[in-house]
Amino acid sequence: MTPAAPLRWTRKDLLGIAELSPAEIELVLDTADSFAEIGERPIKKVPTLRGKTVINLFFEASTRTRSSFEIAEKRLSADNINFSTSGSALEKGETLVDTALNLQAMAPDLVVIRHGHPGVPHMLASRIKAGVINAGDGAHEHPTQALLDAYTIRRHKGRIAGLKVAILGDIEHSRVVRSNIHLLRKLGAKVTVGGPRTLMPVAMETMGVEVAFSLDDAIRDADVIMMLRIQLERQGRMSFPSVREYFQLFGLTTERLKAAKDDVIIMHPGPMNRGVEISSELADGPYSVILEQVTHGVSVRMAVLYLLSGVHEETV
Amino acid sequence: MAKNLKPKTTILDAKQMARIIRRMAGEIVESQPDLSGLLLAGIRTRGVPLAEKIAAEIEAMEGQKVPVGILDITLYRDDLSTIAAHPQVKGTHLPRSIDDCVVVLCDDVLYTGRTVRAALDELIDFGRPKAVKLAVLIDRGHRELPIQADFVGKEVPTSQNEVIEVSFQATDGAEQVRILERGTRA
Repeated sequence: MTPAAPLRWTRKDLLGIAELSPAEIELVLDTADSFAEIGERPIKKVPTLRGKTVINLFFEASTRTRSSFEIAEKRLSADNINFSTSGSALEKGETLVDTALNLQAMAPDLVVIRHGHPGVPHMLASRIKAGVINAGDGAHEHPTQALLDAYTIRRHKGRIAGLKVAILGDIEHSRVVRSNIHLLRKLGAKVTVGGPRTLMPVAMETMGVEVAFSLDDAIRDADVIMMLRIQLERQGRMSFPSVREYFQLFGLTTERLKAAKDDVIIMHPGPMNRGVEISSELADGPYSVILEQVTHGVSVRMAVLYLLSGVHEETV
Repeated sequence: MAKNLKPKTTILDAKQMARIIRRMAGEIVESQPDLSGLLLAGIRTRGVPLAEKIAAEIEAMEGQKVPVGILDITLYRDDLSTIAAHPQVKGTHLPRSIDDCVVVLCDDVLYTGRTVRAALDELIDFGRPKAVKLAVLIDRGHRELPIQADFVGKEVPTSQNEVIEVSFQATDGAEQVRILERGTRA
């Protein structure tokens, strides 16, 4: 007669997917479901985080993630402040620890941080009382991206367990792929990563995924295809001979998509390079859920902000 | 359910509940004969089965379906910063625009009035209803805000040491209302 006690969120920080349990992941996704509706109301705002302060600390450029967090914060009525690298004290020689202590002195409730080096959010989390949300640390993790990807998959497929997910592109430099592999494996999906050998780290198999070096092998019978951005700005290192060759070998096109399941969905964390990793036709086509991912990102980030802000010192 | 609660008395059984809900449905129709402008909004959790039952009675009486919405007031609670962990949000769903509607909020128990305050705030974010009314199965007193119900199933004077437990088939597998008493902590 009495329903099972609902799971309570008890983590002060969201630093990565690796440490989350399947039940915690499901709790975030279920909570996001309830927040999705707020985005469709005439007044897209609830008073839940009134009087809470959120600091958005972006040491790396970001448009999508940062504005997604900002919108999520505003829809929950939190006060937000943005710091970015240019003009910040870090450029003036302040150490990261000092920056953290200065932030702590302003008594924020939550800090959203993106940094080029892995582990920086973890260091910050151990130094400050505020909850810390990792919005991307180097090539390590980007947990809210993986959560919004999972949320998008669940909306389309109704489940994650048993699905075949192909992740394609620059596996080496991608934090999105690491968070996604952790999450998809925890929820029981089968994951294949594919890309050129020069962009594939050694021993990827140890993460519990299959590795393919051709696009056709990677996407065969896939329910979901996730394309990763080729980081053209980093291609001074010559991971492949030319953009044109990359598109010929690893670019997703309508013709090649036939190898996947008929009801496949195509995802991309953005920003995408049309004609490099994906053809324009597919990016705008019926299989693409790329813009939905952006919409769901706000709901998922609202859910994360809501859950983390409910954790008080005495419960940690 | 909390652990130290002991059942004290059953104040309504399934038959009595059905009779009371039928009467409440009648009162709502009487006060609001134009059913086309009516919307019942159940407050999660047990306001929802109450709203559905009232709607079913209205349909049986008048032969007209009344839309039923669901309000989850969690995000509007005034105690979010004091409770241990944020409660799970289950979502709000209103089947039509509430502009110019008469909205009848439905909840199982009216106690401090804080839930109703939160529900009113949430409702206003969806538009401007013509009027908002309140229907509760049990009014147990001890208000902390100036809020009163328009349609009351049963008034039950209680002490603050007691808990009213309303059960519906849909949510709890039984239809009854009981008074439980908080045991003294060992």
